[in-house]
Amino acid sequence: MINLNKVKLFIFVFFAVALYSFSSLEYKDNDSKADKSLEAFQTVLEVLRSPRCMNCHPSNDVPKVGDDRHAHLFGVVRGADDHAGPVQMCSTCHQDENNEYSLVPGAPHWGLAPKSMGWEGLTDAELGAVLLDTTMNGNRSPEDLVKHMSEDALVLWAWEPGGERSTPPVPLNEFKAALRTWLDNGAKVPE
Amino acid sequence: MKISFKINGDQKTIDVDPNMPLLWVVRDELNLKATKYGCGKGMCGACSLHVDGKLHRSCSYPVKFAEGKAITTLEGLSKNENDLHPVQQAWIDENVPQCGYCQPGFMMAAAKLLQEIPNPTTEDIKQNISNICRCGTQPRIIKAIKRAAELNNAKTS
Ligand code: FES
Ligand code: FES
Repeated sequence: MINLNKVKLFIFVFFAVALYSFSSLEYKDNDSKADKSLEAFQTVLEVLRSPRCMNCHPSNDVPKVGDDRHAHLFGVVRGADDHAGPVQMCSTCHQDENNEYSLVPGAPHWGLAPKSMGWEGLTDAELGAVLLDTTMNGNRSPEDLVKHMSEDALVLWAWEPGGERSTPPVPLNEFKAALRTWLDNGAKVPE
Repeated sequence: MKISFKINGDQKTIDVDPNMPLLWVVRDELNLKATKYGCGKGMCGACSLHVDGKLHRSCSYPVKFAEGKAITTLEGLSKNENDLHPVQQAWIDENVPQCGYCQPGFMMAAAKLLQEIPNPTTEDIKQNISNICRCGTQPRIIKAIKRAAELNNAKTS
């Protein structure tokens, strides 16, 4: 005789175990995605913290120059729209490309990032939070951020700055791959 | 490469290396000698002129970017000597130049300054004009810019 209660119990235990294993697998999967995203974000941070990026992302109103990140000469300051001025604008000297005669560097829309995107002195978590905060990042979704960081001509100039200028510590293709991994795995930032 | 622009109201087409600094074009191709070569590195301001109303250091401005635009040099700041720009008149009134080499650049920067800040303080002037004068005429330049502001106000009131 089949004991109906035993069968019921067996079925219950079977499904409970299956459900538990399945959900813990899912958790594990989520954990490893988050880890991947966070790991990729560290690569992204290495780039963001390089002088090539940081010099135009100051937390104050003074653009920085060079690997020693000294203040821009001539008392240049941010100005009303992040392009200095109102008399001497960034474009007074900087054009859309490096100038081989004057040796003045240039790229499209040369200027500072908005003050809300000043990164100087921020911890990893603070920088991550600022990056994702749409009220501070120019209303950019994580996808928009990746697009900006991998396609904007002024950002890309960092890898071809000309002269003796250093480039970011991560090659462009690796940086782009890290951005993709960061995004595809949930755009996680440290807490 | 052929490049066309207006300079001091005249339409011109030139045929030069598109990366040639606008300063060289202005001085050597168009024979307008007010704009000066100082450092050639965007640092001194002697080569300052206006392109589409914006202040530019022409030693650091490839002429190709001037295509279709309107350039003004010191020669074009006023129509003639009987109707000087307030900056030109003030420069005469205050006897500003010493050797004179830096002055055209300062005057073009001053003209732009007055458009943006019609009544500039000394601090405004110092903050917004970073040109260099090796003869040390800066105190007279500051006086002249304030004088130009007065002339400008009198003209427009
Ligand atoms: S000659 Fe152009 S800034 Fe000195
Ligand atoms: S008047 Fe001589 S450099 Fe200014």
